[in-house]
Amino acid sequence: MSILVDKSTRVICQGITGKHGAFHTDQSLLYGTQFVGGVTPKKGGSTWTGEKSGKALPVFNTVAEAVKATGATASMVFVPPGGAADAITEAADAGITLIVAITEGIPVLDMAKAKRYLKTKPGVRLIGPNCPGVITPGQCKIGIMPGHIHKPCAAGEKGIGVISRSGTLTYEAVFQLTALGLPQSTCVGIGGDPVIGTSQIDLLEMFEADPGTSAILMIGEIGGTAEEEAAAFVAKSVKKPVAAFIAGQTAPPGRRMGHAGAIISGGSGSASDKIAALEKAGIEVAPTPADLGSAVQKAIARKK
Amino acid sequence: MKVHEYQAKELLAAAGANVPKHIVCKTAAEAAAAFDQLSNGGGVMVKAQIHAGGRGAGQLVGYADKLGGVKFCSNKEKARSVAELMLKHSLKTLQTGPDGQPIRTLIVQADAEPDKEFYVAVVFDRGSGLPVLMASAAGGMDIEKVAHDTPEKIIKVPFAPETGLSADEARRLAEQLGFTGDQVAKAEKIMLALSKVYLEKDATLAEVNPLAVTKSGDVVVLDAKFDFDDNALFRHKDIQALRDESEENPAEVRAGKANLNFIQLDGTIACLVNGAGLAMATMDIINYHGKAHGVGPANFLDVGGSVTAAGAVEAFRIILSDPKVKGILVNVFGGIASCATIAEALVSAGKEVGFAVPVVVRLEGNEVEKARAILAAAASELPTLKTAADLTGAAKLVVELSK
Repeated sequence: MSILVDKSTRVICQGITGKHGAFHTDQSLLYGTQFVGGVTPKKGGSTWTGEKSGKALPVFNTVAEAVKATGATASMVFVPPGGAADAITEAADAGITLIVAITEGIPVLDMAKAKRYLKTKPGVRLIGPNCPGVITPGQCKIGIMPGHIHKPCAAGEKGIGVISRSGTLTYEAVFQLTALGLPQSTCVGIGGDPVIGTSQIDLLEMFEADPGTSAILMIGEIGGTAEEEAAAFVAKSVKKPVAAFIAGQTAPPGRRMGHAGAIISGGSGSASDKIAALEKAGIEVAPTPADLGSAVQKAIARKK
Repeated sequence: MKVHEYQAKELLAAAGANVPKHIVCKTAAEAAAAFDQLSNGGGVMVKAQIHAGGRGAGQLVGYADKLGGVKFCSNKEKARSVAELMLKHSLKTLQTGPDGQPIRTLIVQADAEPDKEFYVAVVFDRGSGLPVLMASAAGGMDIEKVAHDTPEKIIKVPFAPETGLSADEARRLAEQLGFTGDQVAKAEKIMLALSKVYLEKDATLAEVNPLAVTKSGDVVVLDAKFDFDDNALFRHKDIQALRDESEENPAEVRAGKANLNFIQLDGTIACLVNGAGLAMATMDIINYHGKAHGVGPANFLDVGGSVTAAGAVEAFRIILSDPKVKGILVNVFGGIASCATIAEALVSAGKEVGFAVPVVVRLEGNEVEKARAILAAAASELPTLKTAADLTGAAKLVVELSK
């Protein structure tokens, strides 16, 4: 089992003819994801061919046309920042139910408006933006993460659910889990922006309910209060073992640390506040990024 | 992107807010001339324009008497001499480093002596995903302290990003703050201007502190601070034009031009990392193993998803231009790209730049064995280059070598 995506998920790429869209659609095809088409305005009717996979996909002008022709339910968004928020709302209008927005650098107010619009579309879930994507190892990869570092669950085996605001730090975590022999059920990059579609709490709830997930690793960072809220949710509603890490313990206040959302401001968002809240909720907090995998082991041992 | 007080006020004035008249000056003579235009039989305020806050309580670095960045001047000679002093010195405030920030620009402002001071700002509330107007009758003070100690003194009005703050909402808020009579409409206008500039120009912070009721009963913007969404600057050429690079850290400006995400810190161990989250975590692990030895991170540096030789060259040059740096930790997770390609980029950068300090490299991911062989083969040419097998080992080694 897994959450969000599995081997039956039918996916399109918005921005498939761009450099990054093309490269990562190709990589995801090689991993085994069922990509069924792509969207690039004005290039509808043409055929896209993956450089390494050799797989040919139809290109459509609009998401609505792509959905109608392919039955896709998920979209990977690689549209450049200026048009990405519109691409997200277009996907929601066209009946896509899982939108994974990889694009980094979307203006905050564009995303604020897009997110308000998505609230009028029940059943539509946005992951990201500014995220590595979603992967259910061995089944479906929608995003830019390196597939080979992940360890799929064997038949009937349970895995670790991973939730992260970061990209390479997530790969680091997955690499450590795999090295320790811990398979992953699903890994979700929720994004490093101030406005994101899916929160830690949404995913904690899904992983808690997923029979294929045995424990959860949550990688947070400075900025906002989402980790504090997630900690309160864990204390109240999560029975599975949870481990966590917060990046940015040494970040100065008032500076944006690469991610648009990673900033300590207005007296909130510091790593120490977050770590205190996580520990209070009984979550195993990794002291350094080298301890992400072992923190999960400790969290599991604590619950035994 | 931050702008100066005078630029923020000019944006507000254009949006309909009542702002005291000011003249931007680069020399003492200009300040003296401005006095004649703005004193109106009384005095003027001379205000240093630097991006950091806390200017009034600041101090000119290297000047014996007490003089900060904001001074009332009752006559023309005083305005001239204060301006001359300010333009000759750097201003140190709670928000600048110990060396302060050089003062290159001043404004001379018509005097508007405040009777009452308020705080109003539009910020983005991540919890609700909405812009919110925050207001308090405890203006002029450290608003973060007010928010922390007495949150009930701050009124928050969230509003829709599609429509902005409504005139009704602004008026009600003005009344809640205690404005009466014709001052209500004046305060309302300032709040509407804040909302308008915030939304139209993609600000991330639009703050008026203080919004003042003057002794003569006028309601004015006495000081303003704006920060703009860097990701939205592409559609605001007018805001881009307000950028003052001389206010920014030169190494950070240089890094930005090379598409490197760099922030200078106080420590002695630099780091070069791919990805923002991993870059923060790398700073943290340097601190974790270094703090007992008084050693900490010298920077945040995210070189982006892929590491190229050209990018690494510029990154190392920027890192090594900081004389405090005694060691470098390179932490790269090679995801889809091969670690071997990254190792080759690091070696060629090392040969071009020259590693004067220990450089500890920790690579992980795709083709890492091949990468380690490349680094080992370069050891004779790059004697300060060390390879570590894991992150903990790398952090401990760079701390040991830089102590």
